[in-house]
Amino acid sequence: MNSLIGKNEISDTLADFFIQPNGATWANNIRSEALVAFNDFGVPTKRDEYWKYTNPQKLTMIPTEPAALFSNDEPPMFESIDRVKIVFVDGILDLSQSDDLILEGATIETLVDATSKDIHWAKDLFGSLEKNGQKPVKRPLAALNTAMAAEGLVIRITDKCKKPLAIRYIHNSETSDALVHNIIKIESNAQFTLLESGAGAARFNSVLEVDVADNADFHHVRTQGRDHERKTVTHIFGRLGKESIFKSFTMTVNGTLTRNDAVLEFTGDNARATVAGATAGDGESFHHDDTVFITHDAVNCESRQVFKKVLRNGATGVFQGKILVKADAQKTDGYQISQGLLLDDNSNFLAKPELEIYADDVACSHGSTVGAIDEDAIFYLVSRGVPRKQAQDMLVLAFLAEAIDEIDSNDLADDINDRLAAWMNRR
Amino acid sequence: MLNIKNLKVGLAEEDKQILNGVDLNIGEGEVHAIMGPNGSGKSTTSYVLAGKDGYNVTAGSAELNGENLLDMDPEERAAAGLFLAFQYPVEIPGVGNMTFLRTAVNAQRKARGEKELTAGEFLKIVREKAKSLKIDAEMLKRPVNVGFSGGEKKRNEILQMAMLEPKMCVLDETDSGLDVDAMKLVAEGVNALRDGKRSFLVITHYQRLLDHIKPDVVHIMANGKIIKTGGPELALEVEQNGYADILAEVA
Repeated sequence: MNSLIGKNEISDTLADFFIQPNGATWANNIRSEALVAFNDFGVPTKRDEYWKYTNPQKLTMIPTEPAALFSNDEPPMFESIDRVKIVFVDGILDLSQSDDLILEGATIETLVDATSKDIHWAKDLFGSLEKNGQKPVKRPLAALNTAMAAEGLVIRITDKCKKPLAIRYIHNSETSDALVHNIIKIESNAQFTLLESGAGAARFNSVLEVDVADNADFHHVRTQGRDHERKTVTHIFGRLGKESIFKSFTMTVNGTLTRNDAVLEFTGDNARATVAGATAGDGESFHHDDTVFITHDAVNCESRQVFKKVLRNGATGVFQGKILVKADAQKTDGYQISQGLLLDDNSNFLAKPELEIYADDVACSHGSTVGAIDEDAIFYLVSRGVPRKQAQDMLVLAFLAEAIDEIDSNDLADDINDRLAAWMNRR
Repeated sequence: MLNIKNLKVGLAEEDKQILNGVDLNIGEGEVHAIMGPNGSGKSTTSYVLAGKDGYNVTAGSAELNGENLLDMDPEERAAAGLFLAFQYPVEIPGVGNMTFLRTAVNAQRKARGEKELTAGEFLKIVREKAKSLKIDAEMLKRPVNVGFSGGEKKRNEILQMAMLEPKMCVLDETDSGLDVDAMKLVAEGVNALRDGKRSFLVITHYQRLLDHIKPDVVHIMANGKIIKTGGPELALEVEQNGYADILAEVA
């Protein structure tokens, strides 16, 4: 497959490199507006405050560095889960590998189809949460995605879905450069679980816009693919209505560069949100960045940020987490913990917790720790006959478990745990 | 069973000698106790036997059934049949007690070339042994030692000992932090493991524990050496007169 289809090979700027899709007028307008924003922002550089710890160069250079394909005999993620499966190969929907786009309680369309229709509900959502999430921190690569992404899914949830939707992003070309934009609208009292897995492309840029209406639930479990050379930037933009639930968990192992942005806003009272991540990085080329921005603009909402990173052989982990509590967001409960476990002296964990609080009746806490493996615990385990390597793996998994515990579904959490345990012994 | 000869040990990171030539021979099925004042080297002896980092062995030897313990990694010592019941059992958040026990039992079986226990086999054995130590299902499910009371931690040590079936058990101040009832329960657990073959080294400050776990031989340790060895009556002497008389007698 020629991964440069739809790309302008002779361009010298990132915006010109991609070709803007052509659809219905409303969609073209949204995309053009996003392109104006992107051109206005410029590509991110290391000088930008929110890219201080992560050099975005590999995400902005054209063409992208190639990334070797990762092959192994492991079954794909979430195989044991009863689900509807949709496959993208190098960012392009592959219907031949996908189940029918049918899920009880949902309507699923492709972005191509939805943005071609003259009248579509997505008009009010496509690009809107992304645009809203550009303040106060600019996320140029998300604007680029809205402007240029041709591929993705447009999902409307009208009921409690019994099965999850599982999107598998296959990386099949060493030079693929993919933009995927998914839009999810979860109506009042509806429930939906989204599973995502896979590296997606040599370079993968995704935007997920999720509007969770009053009393609705959204659960999201994601694994990012073990391709060592992949570059990934993801953006989640979520809006939470009254008494809604939003829970997102991401597991990352391997990859050269990963930047996961999550931008959530509470707009209705008594809602709860969790963004969690478990990361295992090995080697100097590993750089992983979680950047979270949660805005409380409603009363009595609870947000949790739980991030755990195990780093070895020169790997780097970054966490930038912010809780913004607006003046009227009384009774806010904001919690944030980020922890790095360094298995040697060469690895780095960089954390920037931020709280900005304008309401006076709130409970916000944040903690960030970095440490080595507990040698007393190791000795306790080995003195019982557990070999040292196995003892260390047990402690590493125990460390990551706190993030995995944020997943509500036991089946999914077990799946993630089993996978991680197996990965302790194979890179 | 356990033969320690002229064992001299210092701290690895500072110039400090802790054991100054310990000699100790424990035969099959025997129960020995080591008593001694604070800082005499009792706990260090147990750590050095188990293979804890941070100590330098400068002279002497320690053998378990003729095998040189000091050459082995801690996990090899465990597989060879040595068990240390910790004075301060370590809390390990995130690791379930049951998972930990099964991993340890099977790691040792594997190291000895024995068949690993299936989940079902393991469960049957652990339930039975836990019951006699009054350890309930809830305690088995919780993370290792996390939120356990002092007594629960020590019972959990004895449960591990019962599951691992070691040849040589070293109990480092297992009585510390226990009330009388908890101590009885722990002692019963230990006594249940006395089968005429398994040997014990009981380290304690107080004679109390030795009322329940009756030793064959009592050693007094001071300044990194065994300074006096006798029968159970030696423990009673310490209880009545303290260490001062014995220290003065040897000096």
